[in-house]
Amino acid sequence: MTNENVDVAVIGSGPAGLAAAVSAKENGANYVVIIDRNSWKGGILPQCIHDGFGLEETGNSMTGPEYIQMYIDDAKKHNIDFLTETMVINIDKNKTITAVNKNGIYKINAESIILSMGCREKTRWNIMVPGDRPSGIYTAGVAQAFINLYNIIPGKNIVILGSGDVGLIMARRLKLEGLNVLGVLEILPHASGLPRNVVQCLDDYEIPLYLNHTVTHIDGRERLESVTIAQIDNKKNIVKGSEKKIKCDTLLLSFGLIPENELSKDAGIKIDNITGGPVVDQTYETNIPGIYACGNCLQVYDTVDVLSKSAKLVGKNAVVKLIKNKKSIFVKPGKNIRYVIPQIINKKGLINFTMRVNKPAQNVTLKIKADEKEIYKKKQRWVNPANMIELTLEITHEILKKGKTLVVNLHE
Amino acid sequence: MNEKEITCIVCPIGCKILVKTDGKEFELVDGNKCKSGIDYARSEALDPRRMLASSVLVKNGLWPLVSVKTNKPVPKDKIFKVMKEIKKAEIDAPVKLGQIIIKNVLNTGIDIIATKNIEKL
Ligand SMILES: Cc1cc2nc3c(=O)[nH]c(=O)nc-3n(C[C@H](O)[C@H](O)[C@H](O)COP(=O)(O)OP(=O)(O)OC[C@H]3O[C@@H](n4cnc5c(N)ncnc54)[C@H](O)[C@@H]3O)c2cc1C
Ligand code: SF4
Repeated sequence: MTNENVDVAVIGSGPAGLAAAVSAKENGANYVVIIDRNSWKGGILPQCIHDGFGLEETGNSMTGPEYIQMYIDDAKKHNIDFLTETMVINIDKNKTITAVNKNGIYKINAESIILSMGCREKTRWNIMVPGDRPSGIYTAGVAQAFINLYNIIPGKNIVILGSGDVGLIMARRLKLEGLNVLGVLEILPHASGLPRNVVQCLDDYEIPLYLNHTVTHIDGRERLESVTIAQIDNKKNIVKGSEKKIKCDTLLLSFGLIPENELSKDAGIKIDNITGGPVVDQTYETNIPGIYACGNCLQVYDTVDVLSKSAKLVGKNAVVKLIKNKKSIFVKPGKNIRYVIPQIINKKGLINFTMRVNKPAQNVTLKIKADEKEIYKKKQRWVNPANMIELTLEITHEILKKGKTLVVNLHE
Repeated sequence: MNEKEITCIVCPIGCKILVKTDGKEFELVDGNKCKSGIDYARSEALDPRRMLASSVLVKNGLWPLVSVKTNKPVPKDKIFKVMKEIKKAEIDAPVKLGQIIIKNVLNTGIDIIATKNIEKL
């Protein structure tokens, strides 16, 4: 067994982990190690070969691999240590990490731990699509890895269920490879991916988008042979007579992402039921002192730019420990708001909030109340669950001292 | 000129912009929330182009593929022709990010460049 002491241990080498590690180094940490179970660095981004990354951060639209190379080079420059092909299997309250690789077991004692394990895709079993269990059913991200990393074509006649961004991007990618993309089905009355992806990935290639539709049955003995699709009414019931059988050999699922937090839960870290990520305060510290969370294991971000920006704050906080008050106030999602991060505030100052709304709306007002007093008000021309809202607000000593809760509401 | 609705893809709002165009001339009707939308709608009406990303086969590399992109947006009607050229290409490892894989593809003045480093096996 190898025993090591480090200043900061980062779990996951995606953009969040790399950005946090570099920032920890820049803020004075001596020994920073990043642990990742993959053989490569960069998490999911090497397989996201389309462009659109880094626009906000650098002004240039880059592909996923180009964007992440920037951070990998940065990490090298800062002499950050990597343990790749190493799986973290446990974290305990004393900040000892147990990890395993080909050479055996590692015990790493860290001053601070940064969780940046990313997220994984929802599968058929999260949604319970009924029918047979043939081969040919993949999540969109697995198909993305097949095509973009391993040179494997998942199938020839493809139906995509769910209109998340990864699914839309895969529809285009498969079409470009000369495959037959029969359509994208979405149970909601609107696409869950961004409008720009509906345009450049579906409309450009005349790939049909069936809104209010879902798959009601999967057929196939060895390989997928067909799916039955049907229209859904506003009560989520199948519209009688709308069922249609579509012959296909491949079904891709794009239902959205789940933050990866098995390690966090086992360590006793509190999880927010809505975000699926740890409950954090304004420094992104979890309920276990010295353990921080960032990236998609904290919440599923829309763009990598915003994700990296907040991960840098986390890297800094993990080194420069702030003195916090014992008194905390709780931040709560109110009317039409799905969630708000941070969930806890225990220090005055400028605080960066991120949040999502429940449903699309236009000409609305975002208001924040500290107990009964309104402390923030802003008109929003439009809001969309697919677009995260980011805002900075000064939390004064007064609010912190007197208040119990901050509630965020969206008024129509 | 015909009226046409164009969804702007410059930012995540995705304004629906109404324009009049016959493919040669362009007139804005309304729907854009900012100026970038006008430029986008004009180029979309008169000369629609897209960035293209794909991958190219690698010989003796640590990975079988290297991701590539066009260094400039490609006219929409040439996308599948350019894809054919990308599929035909093969390159020896090592490959460097930014390396030109196909120069001046199909005489368009557009290069296909690597977006990843691929080490030799
Ligand atoms: C299939 C897919 C496609 C996506 N496409 C896009 C896109 O096109 N555009 C976009 O902006 N966003 C996309 N996303 C969102 C994307 O996840 C984020 O943009 C970004 O990559 C998240 O960064 P991260 O560092 O939080 O996580 P990741 O990049 O996922 O990195 C997490 C890393 O942690 C490692 N890890 C996890 N658990 C352990 C453990 N126990 N031990 C060791 N290592 C561990 C993983 O191996 C991984 O390398 C996509 C996500 C998925 C899943
Ligand atoms: S017109 Fe402006 S605001 Fe509207 S989508 Fe285009 S860039 Fe965004």
